[in-house]
Amino acid sequence: MSDDNNAGLVVCDACPVRCRIKDGRPGACDRYANVDGVLTRLDPLTVVERAHDQGTPLVPFLKTEQEWSGDLLQSENTFVTAVGAGTTYPDYKPAPFIVSSEVDGVDMVTVVTEGIYSYCGVKIKVDTDRHLGHETAAVRADGEIVGHVTTGEYGSQMMSLGGVSHLTGGSKKEGRVTCQTLMDLCNCKPVKLMIDDGVSIIVEAGKAPIIDDVQEERMRVGCGSATIGMFAMQWHDHVDEVVVVDDHITGVMSEHEAGKVLDVKPTGISINGRRSTPGRYFKVAEPGTGWGGTDISDPLSILNDFKAGDAKPGTTMLMVSTTGEHYAYFVLDDDLKPIAQDLPDVLQASVERIRENCEPALCSVLFVGGAGGSLRAGVTENPVKLTMSVKDALTNVTSGGAETFVWPGGGITYMVDVTRMPENSFGYVPTPAIVAPIEFSMRVEDYAALGGHMASIVPLDDVLKDPNLRPVDQGESSWPMEKSQYKWRDDQDTDS
Amino acid sequence: MTGNFAKILPDGKRLHLQSGPIDLVIDADGDMSEVALAFEQASKAFEPVLVDLVSELAFLRSSLKPSSLKGRELADTDGSCKTVAQIMVDAASRFADHNVTPMIAVAGSVADYILSAMRNERTLDRVYVNNGGDIALYLNDGRSFDIGIVERIDAPEISMKAHVTSMDPVRGVATSGWRGRSHSLGVADAVTVLAPTAALADAAATLIANVVDPGPCTEVTRSPARDLDPDSDLGDRLVTVDVQPLSAEQIDRALQAGQDLARSFADAGHIASASMSLQGSTRIAGRINTGINTNIAHNEPDLEKQYAVGRA
Repeated sequence: MSDDNNAGLVVCDACPVRCRIKDGRPGACDRYANVDGVLTRLDPLTVVERAHDQGTPLVPFLKTEQEWSGDLLQSENTFVTAVGAGTTYPDYKPAPFIVSSEVDGVDMVTVVTEGIYSYCGVKIKVDTDRHLGHETAAVRADGEIVGHVTTGEYGSQMMSLGGVSHLTGGSKKEGRVTCQTLMDLCNCKPVKLMIDDGVSIIVEAGKAPIIDDVQEERMRVGCGSATIGMFAMQWHDHVDEVVVVDDHITGVMSEHEAGKVLDVKPTGISINGRRSTPGRYFKVAEPGTGWGGTDISDPLSILNDFKAGDAKPGTTMLMVSTTGEHYAYFVLDDDLKPIAQDLPDVLQASVERIRENCEPALCSVLFVGGAGGSLRAGVTENPVKLTMSVKDALTNVTSGGAETFVWPGGGITYMVDVTRMPENSFGYVPTPAIVAPIEFSMRVEDYAALGGHMASIVPLDDVLKDPNLRPVDQGESSWPMEKSQYKWRDDQDTDS
Repeated sequence: MTGNFAKILPDGKRLHLQSGPIDLVIDADGDMSEVALAFEQASKAFEPVLVDLVSELAFLRSSLKPSSLKGRELADTDGSCKTVAQIMVDAASRFADHNVTPMIAVAGSVADYILSAMRNERTLDRVYVNNGGDIALYLNDGRSFDIGIVERIDAPEISMKAHVTSMDPVRGVATSGWRGRSHSLGVADAVTVLAPTAALADAAATLIANVVDPGPCTEVTRSPARDLDPDSDLGDRLVTVDVQPLSAEQIDRALQAGQDLARSFADAGHIASASMSLQGSTRIAGRINTGINTNIAHNEPDLEKQYAVGRA
């Protein structure tokens, strides 16, 4: 092809076709055109529609403490995220948006881009006591291996999915399915995973896991026996007997090792179940949705008659489930029959304590990505200086405005909780690779020092004139411009 | 950034799928749960289509010679049905003596592919998958579609209706013309083809529109395709960019060429029928059952004998 033919061409990066568009002509889709050498969208209507589905070019945050004034976006409380910003890959060009703003008298710059990550994946934590699969077992989506079960953590099972070898190292389908799985998980959509020699599980960030079609509700603080162990100290001064009802192991304080240590006297209690070790009983009832995951609604149904001798009229007993959701208090009458009475306040507090220690069972998804040299080149002419600036706490890294954890060591490898990011922050390119937003914020002078693209800086107010903004709330993330996150915070304090 | 989207249109019934330049509108009639499943299948099948096509683009844009196909492995199929690229190659190879590339059938092939994905294990009454005017149809026994046919591709006003029943050998419709999205070598305002598949209709409509040409004259302006689109598979071939009013003789000559080619395609079984329009005149090749609602019979004296009005 001659040079004449290449003159005035714009390469459209809106889709993988990558049309080369002549000046004054539309691309194959008729939605993008070359207008005087600038790639231009032809259909604002679709942009508005797409705003609901896919995110618009820019997503400013509105700081929640301040009332929305109703007319203009407040620039001092607005942070431009990279969601929908696009990319300038292959990145020898400056990032799509380099935005300046003044925060508490400091001139700040935020470099806003969408990174393309071939080296990325997710770490999933599933709150459950259940066995999901053996460590290193393959995790599959749509029949393809997309990751594996990794080392379990306290009260939780862990999975590691994605990574370059599944994205680009396997078959075409494996790469495609892995990419889709990562994107869906990161966009907080439910994803069905099958674990080899293990369970099928539906994982959705921020939601309870569904394991073999059963939804997990709460993490128990422990089994009935463990609960006795944790709380016997708080009980033994106030009550003679405690029974913690649990589908797996029901605990009895007076017989339990923890009770013995505290010199709790025998109460003549007799549990209708299979005794394991002292104070621990299996199978007091069938599994169900009643007390402690059993099928019972009357806790006395698991007791036989109290044995005369150890049992005395006036003996007190607390019965409680492992989640604290069910409880009852009894006092033995002259015939040694337990009579229900109101729970004394001092015991009420310990029941609340059990309940608050049983957290809702959740799936959490952390995206892990490494900002490669080329991405960093969109920020600075000398990519390693950006790495150094991040390590020096001069540059704050956020992803869709959400705080990140940047790993120590070389490069900029970071983790982010996907539930803290705006909806649908993640996309993909056909490589296949994941597209995720990343923002680098720093002082103007620090940006200049690391070789930033100073000529490409635009004021925040100019960016906010774009009619296609999607405002979202700050949510739970810390404010990206909060000075406590920067090394120079103390200098600032003494200055002012 | 490159996200595809799938959503139900505001009418609450039709499915809209979009990915880069591919834009599908899909309607299906049948049991509600079957339709919902079919839509799910369509969305799922659609997801990788553009990416897979792009990965084959260099090959699909190259001229189709039988030797170049030997031993050629196209994108993985993930199962039994053909990939879009395979459908394109199959359709284009029916017209191999016209110096075509598989891209000639790309729009229709995508429509055929999505339709077959929707039909897999589903029971439906009728379905259409409309890819920007290239339409794949499914008709269960006894079902029919009325298809509006326009005289100008850029001014879609229905001038004629084609009545397609499950008995007809028609499961694809496509329209081509110089004012359309793709470049044309000819001057037809619209060529609409009814064919056994959308891919065949797509390829045939393009080829017929290319020959609707009055011959050398000053009224038609052309440019090398490459000057308009540097990646066009038409290369340096001259494509129409402007047509001034033509004389009756020029129109007649141009339409005659189109009709001759369309008849030969129909005789070979590549298509069922075609209609072609140029500056207010329309001709038909093959049999188009227009149902009862037509005015063409009255103002177009040179319709083909096979043309039937009111056949139920």
